[in-house]
Amino acid sequence: MPFSAQPPASGERYALSASLDNARHLSSLLRAVHFQDHATCLATASGLRVTVEDAKCIQANAFIQADIFQEFSVQEESVIFRISLSVLLDCLTIFGTSSLPGTSTALRMCYHGYGYPLMLFLEEGGVVTVCKINTQEPDELLDFDFCSTKVVNKIILQSEGLREAFAELDMTSEVLQITMSPDKPYFRLSTFGNAGSAHLDYPRDSDLVEAFHCNQTQTNRYKISLLKPSTKALALSCKVSIRTDAQGFLSLQYMIRNEDGQICFVEYYCCPDENITEAELEEKQLLSFQISSPLLSSPLPPLPLLRREEKRREEEEKR
Amino acid sequence: MKCVIAGGNVKVLGRAVHSLSRIGDELYLEPTESGLSLRAVNSSRSGFASFLFAPLFFQLYEPGSAGPDAELLRCKVHMKSFLGIFRSLPSLEKSVGKCLILLKPHASRLVLQLHCKHGVTKTHNLAFQECERLQAVFDTQRCASHLCAPARVLAEAVVHFPPTLAEVTLGTGPGGKISLRNYVEDEAEPSKTMVTELWLAEDEFQTVAVVPDSHITFCLKEFRLLSFAEASNLPLTIHFDEPGSVSHLPAPPDDFADDLESYMVAMETSEGGSERPPSPTFPLRTPRPAQSGPEEEEEEGAVPGTPPPHKKFRSLFFGSVTTPGGPGLASTQEVLAEDSEGEG
Repeated sequence: MPFSAQPPASGERYALSASLDNARHLSSLLRAVHFQDHATCLATASGLRVTVEDAKCIQANAFIQADIFQEFSVQEESVIFRISLSVLLDCLTIFGTSSLPGTSTALRMCYHGYGYPLMLFLEEGGVVTVCKINTQEPDELLDFDFCSTKVVNKIILQSEGLREAFAELDMTSEVLQITMSPDKPYFRLSTFGNAGSAHLDYPRDSDLVEAFHCNQTQTNRYKISLLKPSTKALALSCKVSIRTDAQGFLSLQYMIRNEDGQICFVEYYCCPDENITEAELEEKQLLSFQISSPLLSSPLPPLPLLRREEKRREEEEKR
Repeated sequence: MKCVIAGGNVKVLGRAVHSLSRIGDELYLEPTESGLSLRAVNSSRSGFASFLFAPLFFQLYEPGSAGPDAELLRCKVHMKSFLGIFRSLPSLEKSVGKCLILLKPHASRLVLQLHCKHGVTKTHNLAFQECERLQAVFDTQRCASHLCAPARVLAEAVVHFPPTLAEVTLGTGPGGKISLRNYVEDEAEPSKTMVTELWLAEDEFQTVAVVPDSHITFCLKEFRLLSFAEASNLPLTIHFDEPGSVSHLPAPPDDFADDLESYMVAMETSEGGSERPPSPTFPLRTPRPAQSGPEEEEEEGAVPGTPPPHKKFRSLFFGSVTTPGGPGLASTQEVLAEDSEGEG
């Protein structure tokens, strides 16, 4: 494979070739989906999509549109390859991650085609670095088949309202339970950890809620370990849209404004965790507390029974 | 029990919980007629801390129905769980408007609900255990020595000691000076250990009434709790006697400014090395009644919703330890750099 320290002349045919004045426009978005070592990159005329998946349950996509780049050209209809995201990020941030005002790393990215490595030319302050990252066969990606017609509930929130909540999620809880409803509690995030249960309620008329379209009461549970990485995307974003479909699949779309004020998107899709019911969760929690405190003087009533009674009472009150 | 804490007091409660978390792994809650008491004890039962929040601290305070037969519910929760709710003090200050604590008689959970800005509500349902009353046995009258100083003075003194230092010896020297010195094990070689000694002149303290040549050694980690006192700008009084007896810090008299939070620290001393037997001084005992000033009674008719003008509470007891053989431990160490100010 030919190796050159010079960026290629624009006449050469590369399957993908792109230029970006500020590599951070790319690296910050890639970091927001970096929860696995490998990613699948898809380049089309509209731009670059980087996909990361885990456990066949969660998928994150970072979209960097063509107009973010100073130059973006894709020779074929689409170009797709698998690459080490960790290595790609290390290369993009080779000049350091601190963002001093005025300084930025310029990037030129070239990909010859199938079987070739991805070439990166990075320049900052007159210093040039050339990186060559091997590419692999792309994985088959999950298709969550999430289109707007299938959406049952949708809420758009200002990210600042959720950031603290996600950062402080009780990680001893196996799941994050999301309730969306046209009635109270409207939008609720719940965890069931060793400490006890915690519920975070957002009323529909909160000034954090930009849009509220809930048609049906839905409560779904998602493995918290899978959703926790989305905190990075949330931290970068200004708005987040939360949508669920009839099967309880979750779509989180984050609107991110980069340093130049341009808009990019990151989305997370997650399958619901069907294995455990709320009653089972509460009981598990009660047991864990009992085990760690053997000197329980007065035995607590069995919780599932209590919940059923509570629900009955609630239903009676409604009538 | 039902109580509501409004505004800036939520952060004060948070700070108290942070302080208690340094003592023990469990937080004891005891609602009484004189206020809500939060307590903690360390694993060796040589250190005990207690914060008493008077009813005026709350926007609403209902300790619960306690007839002559029914006793008010006491419970304990995992410190980590409770602390998790108040973990970030700056964010408490910034976003929490109100905190509700609810314990229903036959409920299986202690409910803490934070009402935050933007209409957001955080509800925590904590598992708890009913428990016996936790109380330290002490008697101020029996303490031979006492000192009173602004918390800041003691905090600044303590800062000179390495953060990993376990124990420190407080002693009284000639001319009414007070010394603080790190406690070094007998087995340690004198040539290989660093000894730090700090002398405080009598005028740094508000009150000094000490028995000459008396020393006590106590756990520095627990003493660092005075960061709470410092944050609240409170004076600290230390009462101590001979090693082996209980020492105590009472609340300052009510002639302090109206909105000053009153607080109390007590130290319990016990003999023996690090393997201390469980302290015999924590039996079931009725706590001392709160010293409430006349102003508090007048405020009871305050309109709910107005922030309480008085925030009174008492706090902190911690253990002190010394080897048998009494005082004189400090004098076995050679002082290489004497206090330069004349002692005569």
